[in-house]
Amino acid sequence: MAIIPLEHGLLLAATLFGLGFAGLLVRRNIMYALMSVEIMLNAAGLAFIVAGSRWGQPDGQIMFLVILTMAAAEVAVGLALVLRFYRQYQTLDVDAADRLREQT
Amino acid sequence: MPTMNLFFYVAAGVATVSVLAAITRLNAVHSLLYMVTSLLSVSLIFFVLGAPYIAALQAIVYAGAIMVLFVFVIMMLNQGPQAAETERLWLSPKTWVGPSILAGILLVEMAVLLRGDPAWLPGNRIVEPREVSFALFGPYVLVIELASLLLLAGLIGAYHIGRREPNLPSSGAD
Repeated sequence: MAIIPLEHGLLLAATLFGLGFAGLLVRRNIMYALMSVEIMLNAAGLAFIVAGSRWGQPDGQIMFLVILTMAAAEVAVGLALVLRFYRQYQTLDVDAADRLREQT
Repeated sequence: MPTMNLFFYVAAGVATVSVLAAITRLNAVHSLLYMVTSLLSVSLIFFVLGAPYIAALQAIVYAGAIMVLFVFVIMMLNQGPQAAETERLWLSPKTWVGPSILAGILLVEMAVLLRGDPAWLPGNRIVEPREVSFALFGPYVLVIELASLLLLAGLIGAYHIGRREPNLPSSGAD
């Protein structure tokens, strides 16, 4: 039985992370920013699982549990911020919140 | 034989395609559908890589709980007179046909895997939930404490930010 090469798993994780990062940079809707962050966190967890599976140890899975907890806490705070943002600006465009930007 | 790893590569392709679709859709609900598909395919990859416990957690917590939070917020922010119209649009086939095809591929993979033929599984060693639990409550017990502290901080933070203040200064609506 063939073992899945470490490089292929890491390549998939890098691809997913890159796609999430591109989404974070390109989209201006704050919901998409949060979703892209979720994709990137999941890709990081995938890298941990791939590495843990390569050596057959449970350590990678424990690191994934930490990432899972962090993603859950992050999305709870992030969505509360989205609700607050929408209540204040009546939009989901992140460019609406530009009061910290230097006026040119 | 390289065909043994077919499951991994098919699920990886489904994950990539659905993530690509998720970040390019214009409607947030369409993106959510594709994103659930991508999380489920990553869950299948975890199973193939020999981490069944994490695969179950990925499907339950990520694709279940976290995505439901997203759906709640999107539905909360979408109350307008045109809400019924958008409801009708979301039920049209072109919304759900793409994610359904991708999820169908995953379903076929899972059905074949659940037949239990070990020749289809790759040679990665399966790390049982038992081993993970022993490590988690042995050398990594501090991780549990940190995770519970993080969840408590997230809970308090979300409650504090999300509560409705009676006299909110309306300085932001300029």
